[in-house]
Amino acid sequence: MGIEEQLTGVLAKAVTDIDSADSVKDIEAIRVSYLGKKGEITSILKGMKDVSPDQRPVIGKKANEVRDELTAVLTHKKERLEKEALQNQLESETIDVTLPGRQVKKGQTHVLTQIMEDIEDLFLGMGYQIIEGNEVESDYYNFERVNLPQNHPARDMQDTFYITPDVLMRTHTSPIQARTLENHDFSKGPLKMISPGKVYRRDTDDATHSHQFHQIEGMVIDENITMADLKGTLELLAKKMFGEEREIRLRPSYFPFTEPSVEVDVSCFKCGGEGCNVCKKTGWIEILGAGMTHPNVLEMSGVDSSKYGGFAFGLGPDRIAMLKYGVDDIRHFYLNDQRFLTQFKRKG
Amino acid sequence: MKVSYNWLNESLDLSGVSPRDLAEQITLTGIEVDGVSEPAKELKNIVVGHVLTAERMADSDHLNVTVVEVGQEEPVQIVCGAPNVKAGQKVVVALPGARLVNGLKIKKSKLRGVVSNGMICSLEELGFSDSVVPKNSEDGIYVLPEDAHIGEDALTYIGLNDAFIELDITPNRADALSMRGVAYEAGAILEQTPKFTGVNLSEDPTDSVDDYVNVSVENSEDNPIYKMRVIKDLVVTESPLWLQRKLMHAGIRPIDAVVDVTNYIMLEYGQPLHAFDYDALNSKDILVRRAKDSETLITLDGVERKLTADNLVITNGADPVALAGVMGGENTHVTGETKTVALESAVFESSLIRKTAQSLNLRSESSSRFEKGLNKETVQDALDHAAALIASLGNGQVVSGTAEVVSEEPVYQTVTTTLNKINGSLGTDLTIDEVEKIFSRLGFENSVTVDEISVTVPPRRWDISIEADLLEEVARIYGYNQIPSTLPHSESVPGELTHAQKLTRFTRHFMESCGLGQAISYALTTSEKAAAFSLDESELVHLDWPMSEEHKALRQSLLSGLLDNVQYNVARQTKNVALFEIGRIFTRQENDLPKETTHVAGVMTGTLVDNSWQETETRVDYFAVKGIVEEWLDTLGVLEGISFVPSKELPELHPGRTAKVLWNGQYIGVIGQLHPQLAQDRDLNDTVVFELNMEPFLANEQDTLSFESIPKYPGTSRDIAFVVDESVLHEEVMDVMTEVGGKWLRSIRLFDLYQGDNIEAGKKSLAYTLSYLNPDATLKEEEVNSDFEKVKQALVERVQADIR
Repeated sequence: MGIEEQLTGVLAKAVTDIDSADSVKDIEAIRVSYLGKKGEITSILKGMKDVSPDQRPVIGKKANEVRDELTAVLTHKKERLEKEALQNQLESETIDVTLPGRQVKKGQTHVLTQIMEDIEDLFLGMGYQIIEGNEVESDYYNFERVNLPQNHPARDMQDTFYITPDVLMRTHTSPIQARTLENHDFSKGPLKMISPGKVYRRDTDDATHSHQFHQIEGMVIDENITMADLKGTLELLAKKMFGEEREIRLRPSYFPFTEPSVEVDVSCFKCGGEGCNVCKKTGWIEILGAGMTHPNVLEMSGVDSSKYGGFAFGLGPDRIAMLKYGVDDIRHFYLNDQRFLTQFKRKG
Repeated sequence: MKVSYNWLNESLDLSGVSPRDLAEQITLTGIEVDGVSEPAKELKNIVVGHVLTAERMADSDHLNVTVVEVGQEEPVQIVCGAPNVKAGQKVVVALPGARLVNGLKIKKSKLRGVVSNGMICSLEELGFSDSVVPKNSEDGIYVLPEDAHIGEDALTYIGLNDAFIELDITPNRADALSMRGVAYEAGAILEQTPKFTGVNLSEDPTDSVDDYVNVSVENSEDNPIYKMRVIKDLVVTESPLWLQRKLMHAGIRPIDAVVDVTNYIMLEYGQPLHAFDYDALNSKDILVRRAKDSETLITLDGVERKLTADNLVITNGADPVALAGVMGGENTHVTGETKTVALESAVFESSLIRKTAQSLNLRSESSSRFEKGLNKETVQDALDHAAALIASLGNGQVVSGTAEVVSEEPVYQTVTTTLNKINGSLGTDLTIDEVEKIFSRLGFENSVTVDEISVTVPPRRWDISIEADLLEEVARIYGYNQIPSTLPHSESVPGELTHAQKLTRFTRHFMESCGLGQAISYALTTSEKAAAFSLDESELVHLDWPMSEEHKALRQSLLSGLLDNVQYNVARQTKNVALFEIGRIFTRQENDLPKETTHVAGVMTGTLVDNSWQETETRVDYFAVKGIVEEWLDTLGVLEGISFVPSKELPELHPGRTAKVLWNGQYIGVIGQLHPQLAQDRDLNDTVVFELNMEPFLANEQDTLSFESIPKYPGTSRDIAFVVDESVLHEEVMDVMTEVGGKWLRSIRLFDLYQGDNIEAGKKSLAYTLSYLNPDATLKEEEVNSDFEKVKQALVERVQADIR
């Protein structure tokens, strides 16, 4: 048999081998056994020394063709096998992606803190500072300095926990106003402040009363501050807390530390003003108290009330949370039942 | 203050405004309305009846069979259980088909076989409260006057065809604690001037009040106005229906014509009056003075009151006969036998009345009006009106003249402002005409010049004395809702969180990311809990007059509150609890307010990781909590100064599983496992807690961070394992290794701790990895080996380590 025929025979045999190969490893073995240095093609070509010189180019060409074809078939088969192997691997690695993920435990911010922080952030953006004060205060700062002298009938509005005749649990965050006013240097700009914190009233705890609750108060004192500025600020606050489409309504009221004093209603966020059980059929919900800072409060803090004036407002985060989320019992805020707290994990 | 729409209609023309509209306008211009009630809307088919016969039912000890004329063709038979029903009475009858309060419907029925065609009503059944019903109708039906028309709507007779506006009056608007005050307020809203009917007082010119009383006042500051009239030859009877119903609707129980008139006049004018039985005074002298210490007076309610010099009393020259402005005396009050009445109308110093009412716990309609101030202009008018009415109802005569001591006249105060000031503070654009009109509506005289508006405020509005008061009047009558909305346009100032506020927020987020939820607990707790877990020995701060034992002392730790929370949760089947709190603790200071210190505390119980399809349960332990604390301190940049020292001092914590936390030697907190005894008492499983004082970190920013270049050369490490006495602390071992470790030692990590098989009892095996790095060159093997050798030697020498 001539070399040419031998080459053709080897090719045919190799193709059969490749056909029956079923792993990349087999393919590699086939490649070595035919194309390797000691492979069949090499050993056939050893017979070239007996071929006439004019035949040699013909056989050489033939050998190259066989090599090329064999390589092509091998490569093709290898790729196919690799693909199959990958496919098998993927299939064997398939998991139930609907199984639950690993546990991540994350705590949540208390709902009252969320409300206070939202308000703080709104006012920080408008150049207000956050100022906190003592929870235990003197009668002088808690009452007298906010225009509530001894034996003033308005002291009845706030039942007080006294520690001594002169020291008490603050009944509102307003003493911070007096303390901040007396230290503020108006040559360095207006006073714009927000004071959040705990306050205390002599009350028996029930679903709507708590001896401990929170307040957040704001105050702006400068030249040329108007009641219209108060109204605009309150509108912004109401929209922030209850949604862009809310409107507010001011009603005259009385607080010793402001005059005029107003109570602020927001259009009902549940029914939009039609009247429902949340707004007690009125379309309005009372959310905060405010007013123009009383000149006595300014004067007692050494601020010239003919030159400076401004406004103050205060609201109760507990009440806001109860309204906004339909919480039916104020005690939930202080018992820290995890089934309650974790309902407010929406954000930090 | 409950305002009757019909009564208000006596001085104003309300024909154009419904009760609800009026209430809405009052709310928006000045006084909050709590509600409007229109009782007739609930009631129907209730008529005047005439009892023809009333006979006790044969087999009953309380039921009567009555025949009642109700304006129908035939009289009807009604069974009535009231003890006071009698033939001849005019009564209130609910016919079949009638509706009473609370939706009660009346049907034709049978009682013990006897047909009853309706019901004879008590006042309570018509919606009146027990406390306002006249004593004689308390247990039975209400009897109408004889001239009531049979078959007519009975509601008109008892004043139920009316609307009642409940005003919530703030302390500054005490002027509206009277019908006249409300009429002025409503008049300003409706642009009407209220018209009041005058008093027709006729005095007996033959008799002078000076023959009866001689009034004197010890201190005119306590009692600036004291007036007294005398009404003689009286027969004290029940009041007529018109007077009774006005009082009942205002929430006051009718007593007799004299007392009722004093109450009626108080409602009309806001001026409290007091009527004495003149003969019981036993003296011509009326002296108003401070009580003497330990003097006593039996007040109208029969209680003997011990008085002090803080109480003002009316005396008969010798002994107290009334507690001024608060309550009359039992011995001198008007009775059915009274013939002559001495009637007092006065102004007492408000804080004195307030203190007396408060200390004796005797708040009344009178005392609250004295406390909040009175219209000094109508002290005499009210007295005259009352005297005339008492005389007319009791067929008596008013003795001529008023005995009085008056040291203060009513003041028409002038307050000024400017148009610029008004518009400048309200943000409005009002004209001078508009402002003038507002003051006119309020009934305030005003004069306007180019640069000043001068307003004369009548004494009935004693709440107005400064410019800000005028601004408020203008704003509210103009309407708060007409004021524009703007934002302050002042100089910009930075709004940013302080370091302490940022750190507090960071700490909150940090704890949350470690799986702890934020709690807010009560700062007031029991004395025992307040002192628990306290980091120092300072005294508790107690409330002077607590509401309950549960909330009487200020906490000295956050942990006792958190522990309450854990217990609350565990008791409700929430077994895994992880909470933290940031809040104040309070310690007493001599001669100063208590010191308030911000702490952060946390508590964990139950599992860290729950059993699941691919995880096995991990329970909370000391080291889980310590890891959180260490990482927090590290992010604050202070971990280097921190040491943990075993502590057996806190009785609430496990003596073998508690560490004090020191920062640069300062005691700042504690980490530990709850004492097993306490855990058992509280039905808790293993619970680990921490509490740290944040103040040192809030005070100063620990900003020592500076960038270190990322190492270019590889580091290397060595492991060491050795056996030591079990009493040797990890921290001692670390101290030794750190001290002698050499300059390339970067970190040491404990990777194994073992006690048990193959280790001698009382010993433990520790294994650490020491990591070395030279940032400027590749470390040489020999350098590391020699440094590592020093560590080994030091461990052998200093902690008697047996290197393995």
